[in-house]
This record gives sequence, structure tokens and C-alpha cells, in this order.
Amino acid sequence: MSESESSPSNSDRIALRCENIHRHLGEGEGRVHVLRGVSLELQRGKVYAVVGPSGCGKSTLLYLLGLLDQPDEGEIYLGGEPMTQMGDHERTAARNEHLGFVFQFHFLLKEFSAIDNVMIPMRKQGLLSNEEMEERATSYLKDVGLGDKLHRLATQLSGGEQQRVAIARSLSNIPSVILADEPTGNLDVHNSNIVFDLLTRLARENDQAVLIVTHNPDIAQKCDHILQMEDGEFIN
Amino acid sequence: MSPNIRIALRFLTANKRAMAMSLTGIIFGVGFFIFGQAQTTGFQQFFVKTILGTDGAIRVQDRIRITFKTMELADEEDDSDSPWVIENTENYKYIEGIEQPLEVIDALKEFESVTGIAEVLTGSVLVSSNYRSYTGRLFGVDIDDYIAVSDLEKQVIFGSLEDFRSKPTGILIGSKFARLLQISIGDTVVIKSLDKNSRYTVAGIFETGVSDIDRERIYMKLSETRSVLQRAHGASFLQVNLIDPHRAREEAFHMMNTIYYHVASWQERQKSWLDAFLVLSVSTGLTVSTIILLSGLGMFNTLAMMVMEKTKEIAILRSMGYTRSDITSIFLWQGVFVLVAGNVLGWIVAVLMTYGVSKLPFRVTGIFTTDSFVVNWSIWHYVSATIIASVIVMIASYIPARRAAKLEPGDVIRGTSQ
Ligand SMILES: Nc1ncnc2c1ncn2[C@@H]1O[C@H](COP(=O)(O)OP(=O)(O)OP(=O)(O)O)[C@@H](O)[C@H]1O
Ligand SMILES: [Mg+2]
Repeated sequence: MSESESSPSNSDRIALRCENIHRHLGEGEGRVHVLRGVSLELQRGKVYAVVGPSGCGKSTLLYLLGLLDQPDEGEIYLGGEPMTQMGDHERTAARNEHLGFVFQFHFLLKEFSAIDNVMIPMRKQGLLSNEEMEERATSYLKDVGLGDKLHRLATQLSGGEQQRVAIARSLSNIPSVILADEPTGNLDVHNSNIVFDLLTRLARENDQAVLIVTHNPDIAQKCDHILQMEDGEFIN
Repeated sequence: MSPNIRIALRFLTANKRAMAMSLTGIIFGVGFFIFGQAQTTGFQQFFVKTILGTDGAIRVQDRIRITFKTMELADEEDDSDSPWVIENTENYKYIEGIEQPLEVIDALKEFESVTGIAEVLTGSVLVSSNYRSYTGRLFGVDIDDYIAVSDLEKQVIFGSLEDFRSKPTGILIGSKFARLLQISIGDTVVIKSLDKNSRYTVAGIFETGVSDIDRERIYMKLSETRSVLQRAHGASFLQVNLIDPHRAREEAFHMMNTIYYHVASWQERQKSWLDAFLVLSVSTGLTVSTIILLSGLGMFNTLAMMVMEKTKEIAILRSMGYTRSDITSIFLWQGVFVLVAGNVLGWIVAVLMTYGVSKLPFRVTGIFTTDSFVVNWSIWHYVSATIIASVIVMIASYIPARRAAKLEPGDVIRGTSQ
């Protein structure tokens, strides 16, 4: 990161930044200090890996960065804008436009087919025609190797297939930041590579920042940066 | 189609069980609400219609004579139209009948609400056919005046009013009375009053639907009646019809204070029956309210369940940029779809049940006669059922949807792992 910090256009290149994030979870006796002052910067066009033992707070951090949760302390900047004090409406709009989120447990809408799931964020944004949405959703699903299962209901897909649909869905509005919580967790080596290569390729092509939580050292090695986490802190 | 409507439809059709349950609730509630109303108001409406068509809205009878101190005063001011109000019943008494009908008729014609006035002379007579003799009640009327204050024209089921009009000795006789006497059109009967016998021909048989009337009433020309009852002048009462019969009570009070005759509205004369109907409709009202309450609670429950089961989906949609109001509107749309379908099906059920029951052979021979269950078809039953159902469904979908939309998506997702 050091070489880019000195560049004057640096701040324009930063898609997402957070400073000194603290988050406690649980109530009363069970209250845990999960995140203890986390700071990071995600640059456009780069792929980041977050690694660390189970329970160290990776998912908790991702929810905060994805504006799905509020930190107890610290600030999150999306495209330079501080987000924690924003109203729910602005935060929701930011999620739709600028953030693509892949949950650790894929979370598709089971009533919808693969292609419909991918189109849900696009429909909300409402910028494309029906044909354009279908075209884009089809192309992303083909990219993740599901070109032949477009109209399968989410419940009729395997765990790995669902995960790949969730990845396609996170890409659908071409967000500036993609946050993926173990996107390759359920995948074999072949499909892990397909997904990872797709994310890296898109990061470069669309100038997106990608943050991947992973337990897979091979994947982590291939990223531009590795963020090592332990007990709610980065230990680089 | 907006994304919210699309999602609402998909959620709804994917959860067939919940949809069926909430639909059933609405169909049941709407259907039984309408059906209940149709039945209870049916008999009452039928009774009121029959009474109005037979005895008119208002009956003017019995002159009021002031007895106490006010007597002199009242007599002196007889011609002036002072707004004198009768308040104390101890101070006056009734004198039976109307001695000067024409004067009273002239006074009544001043009322704008009056559409017709008929002079009626009644008396008890003995009616004999070849087989039997029964006591009957003779009604002497001028037929054209009387038609203006009743539905007699429609009540004639055999024979004709023309025959009655043209033959001086023609009479109209109640259907049950005719059956008792075993007579039909063209037969003659002997009518006896004050030791005087006269023969009359049956020109028509009428049926009012009110058993007591159909069992004893005979209509005869007023002039003939005078000779039978040996009353050269005067009338027993005046039958009056109004533009709006439902204002009869107020009009009667007003008339009474103007003409000093006892003026009875149909509500006053039929008070005991109307009270019985009131009790009946209160009791069915309670039953129907219970039905509404129960199916309302059921609906509330299923709709709330539908939202609860979707907490995870709500969090997913929120994470992808659907706002709180999007979530609320998705569940409101679900409510609207269920509501529209439930109402339409509920109407159909109500129509079928109401129609079915109206065709049930159900002989009533108490206060009035009918061959089947009487129902009241009113659009207002449908409208009110729909309004009530809409309010319940909208509240039942709005409250849980709003609560679900308030949750932070992260909190929901953290608490869910699959
Ligand atoms: N509702 C809660 N109340 C209290 N503690 C919680 C709650 N939810 C999570 N935690 C704790 O917060 C810590 C961080 O959880 P988190 O899900 O972020 O871990 P993680 O790094 O993603 O782990 P994994 O690799 O297994 O997914 C864990 O120790 C967990 O036990
Ligand atoms: Mg995790």
C-alpha cells in the first residue's frame, strides 16, 4: 500500500475506507468486544483478502463495511462520504448502487429462479430495460458457469451453485465495492478458480475494489493484498 | 410491473398454505357477514313492506277532546293554527272515529309530505258461504283513493279490481278467509250486520302476506258499507301515505299537534313486532360481529405469520438496496392481492348462500305468510363487508410489515445461518 499512499490522486482511487471501527455484540454478561479498532482502505481495481481464525470478526467487519450494521465507534467512508451518520434511506441507496455483497451463507430468495435472483438488485435500481437486465444477468451467470441453469429455482440448485448465483447477483449493479464472505467456501478447486478469476478480472475491467474473506491460502496468495485478522484486529 | 409488486406476487404464490389460509379467512368473513345481514334484514324488510302496502304509513283516528282546564281554551282556538303541543295524557281523551272526514282530509292535504288519503269505514260482520260462517272485518273504501295509499292493486291474486269497481255488490276477500269459507271468484256470500242480511259476489281475492289480515278482511264500496253498517256519515279512520314512509313518526307527531286527532304512524302501530325484529337483529349482529372478529383475528395471525416467516428474505432485500417502504409495500401488496381475491370469492359465496336459502322451502304462517326464506339483497351489505375486510387486512399486513422493515439487516443475518 505504501507506494500508492504518496500519489496525489490517491483519494480518488479509494472506494471504501474505514477508521478505528469498534463493534460489541451481545447483551449484558455476554457482551463481547468483537472488533477492536479496525482501519482499512480499499482501492479501485485491487483485490484484498481478509484471513484469520474462525470467530475473529471477519463477517462482523464485512457487515459493517457493507452498511448492513452500524459500528459502535469509528467511521466508514464510501467514495469519500462518511456513512455512519447517514439516514437509512441514503445507506440503503448506497447499498444498491455501490456495494455488492456475497453472504457467507449465500442467501438467495428461494421463491425466485437463478436469473430472477440476479435481476433483483437491477430491478430496484431501475436503470435498465427488461431485456438489458436479462442480458446482463445471463452473461454473469454464464461467467460463473451456470449458463444452463438460468431458470432453475434457487431451491433446485446445489450449495455451490447457489453461491455462484449469489456472486453473480453481487456483481449485477456493477458496484464500486464487492464484499464477499467466503465466496469459494463451498466450491471445488476448479470452480473456486473460475470464481476468483472472474472477480479479479472484473476488478480490473470495471475498476472495482474487491474484498474477499477466505480460509483458502492459495486464493489469499493470489490477491493484491492480504489483511491478517486476529481477535478483532489486523495484525500486519 | 414494479419490482415490489413482482416480489409480492411471487412471495404470495410460493407460499400456497399461508395464501390459502388468509384467503379462507377473508372469504369466510365476507361471505358470512353478507349472508347474515341478508337473512336478518330480509324478514324485517318484508314485514315493513307488507305493512306499508296494506295499512299505509299513517292512520288518523279518534278525535282528541281536551278534558281538563285546557278544554275551553282548546275549543275557543279550534280554528286558529296555534302550535299547541299535547304533552300531558291526563288532560285529554279520545272520541272514537272521525265525524267530519272531509274537514280532516282538507287539513291533511296541507301537508306536503302526504301523497294520498283514503277514508275507511270498518265494522265487524258475520260472513256466511254455503258451507260456513265466520266473523270478518269489513273495510268500506273508495277504491281509487285506497289504491293511492296501499298496494291493494298488486295484492289481488284472483279476479280483478275492474269487476269490483263496476259491480255495486262486488267484494274483495282475503285469501285465507276465502279458503276458510271455501269460496272462489263469482261465488256469493251473505254478510250480516245488525240483523240485516245482504248478498255479495266475490269479485277478487287478495293476499297481503299478513296472516291476520288475510284471514278476516273484506273490502267493500264505501257507500255499500254505510248501508251494511248503518252509518250514514263519518269514517273509522283515514289511511294516509307519505313520500317517505320512514319519516312517519315525525309526520304523525306534527299532524297530531295540528289537527287534534290521534295520528298513529306504522312504527307506533307495529311497535311490538318492530321491537322483536330489533332484538333479533341485535342478536344476529352479535353473532356476525363474532364471526368478523374471529376471522379478523385469523387473518391478522396468518398475515403476521407470513411476514415473520420472511424476516430473512426481508434482510436480503434490504441488503440489496430495498428500502423500508419497499418492504412495507411488498407486504401491503400481498394483502391487497389476498383482499381482492378474497372479497370477490366472498361475494360469490354470499350470493350463493343467500340465493340458496331464499329457495329453501320454509313456510312461515305466523305474523305473515311466505313460502320460502325471505332475504334482503342489498349492495350495502357487500360494500360494508368489503370495507370492514379491507380495514382489517390492511392493518394486519401493515403492522407486522412495518415492524419487520425496521430491523437492521445485519442483526437478522447474524441471527440466521442458512
Ligand atoms: N449475537 C452475538 N452475540 C455475542 N457474540 C457474537 C454474536 N454474534 C457473533 N458473536 C461473536 O462475534 C465473534 C465474531 O463473529 P464473526 O461471525 O464475525 O466471525 P468470523 O470471523 O466471520 O468467523 P467464521 O470464519 O467462522 O465465519 C465470534 O466470536 C462470535 O462468537
Ligand atoms: Mg464469518
